[in-house]
Amino acid sequence: MFLQQVWTIAAKDLHSELRTKEAWNASIAFTVVILLLFSFAFDPSSEQIREFSGGLLWMTYAFAGALVLNRSFARELQNDCLDALIASPVSSAALFTGKAFANFALLFAVELVSLPVFVLFYNVPFGAGKYLPMLLVMALGTWGLTVIGTLFSALTVNLRLRELMLPTLVYPMMIPALIAAMTITTNVLAGNDLGFGMRFLVSFDIIFTLLAVVFVDTVLVG
Amino acid sequence: MNALEIDGVWKYFGDFPALRDVALSIAPGSALALLGRNGAGKTTLLRILAGLSRPSRGSVKFQGKLQGSIGILGHGIGVYDELSAVENLTLFGRLHNLPNPRKRADEMLERVGLSRVRDGLAREFSRGMRQRLAVGRAFLHDPEVLLLDEPFTALDDRAIAVLQSMIKEMRDQGRTIIMSTHQLREALELASHVALLQRGQIVHAGERTQQMLDDTGWLYRTYGDN
Repeated sequence: MFLQQVWTIAAKDLHSELRTKEAWNASIAFTVVILLLFSFAFDPSSEQIREFSGGLLWMTYAFAGALVLNRSFARELQNDCLDALIASPVSSAALFTGKAFANFALLFAVELVSLPVFVLFYNVPFGAGKYLPMLLVMALGTWGLTVIGTLFSALTVNLRLRELMLPTLVYPMMIPALIAAMTITTNVLAGNDLGFGMRFLVSFDIIFTLLAVVFVDTVLVG
Repeated sequence: MNALEIDGVWKYFGDFPALRDVALSIAPGSALALLGRNGAGKTTLLRILAGLSRPSRGSVKFQGKLQGSIGILGHGIGVYDELSAVENLTLFGRLHNLPNPRKRADEMLERVGLSRVRDGLAREFSRGMRQRLAVGRAFLHDPEVLLLDEPFTALDDRAIAVLQSMIKEMRDQGRTIIMSTHQLREALELASHVALLQRGQIVHAGERTQQMLDDTGWLYRTYGDN
């Protein structure tokens, strides 16, 4: 029952997004433009680019994520759809988890599309052995951003300045996950050991997922 | 056993008490008209009953089996503009765990007169069609308790007729109905019980009498401020 509700909510959000493409178009355009602009600002052939490539990539993903996450619960304000969902037998935890999965899928797709742009324009050596670790760190880092962002999207949904408030509240909370993802990404691209960062990222994801599921009912109903 | 017990409910917005010590018992199969002027607390009470808001004090208890079977028709229509009529109802059918949500959605679209535009997007519908879709959404899962907040406001004639016949059908099936409205005539014709709210307090609750039907202003003159 819970998993069916999660799937229904996630499928509904993705279906709506595919039909309107509001968050998708904005976040893809933003990510590609930022990566292109920075590639002109820095010399892509320099060794330094390898050192801050992880940071550059994840800062771009974090800002693109805000565009996706802002729409998540705001979509439910139209016609008071959030009330209809809360009054239905869907638990707040299922509602949150479904939305988090939809946001994750959307942001992950944005990252997959923009990754080749990054590899190409920054002259990053990206051999076959790096695919799997890179996908793993992208998945774990993206889930961390998504789970916090979705909770804060619910928290700020009724605020008049939610587009401003969401990034202001959410970025400080994302810092530990972002630092871990940046470090691991830099290590992957440099061919180094993944190190402690991966375990930290897994722990971060588990802890914040559980906290979000526990607190989301209070956030939605008060 | 009562379908619903409201016990000493208070609701504050900041320092302002929107509901003050509201207590009400509603028997199964009752159709309660919740009356009161603007700002009396009708919507606040209905939102608490629907689980959309929590009381600051007091409690609301539904009879066990009724808890998960609430249909709500509020101020917003509660359907997604970017989904088609049939997609909207199928979505809510799935969320209510109906055995065949697509079939039930088609049946309900037929009932509210939207079967010919089942694949049209809700945003392309006229206001009346959107309202009828909202009625279909609220009645889709055959709810045991129906909460209606100003259900006749902004409805066209056809939608009013559809809604009235569906409410009557639910009432005849012994479902519990609670509706807030300013349209006294329509509400009193459908109601078996009446509760009058005034500045967050219930000043009268009881059975609907013939006198209320004959003279719709009588209730306000007798129990209201003026």
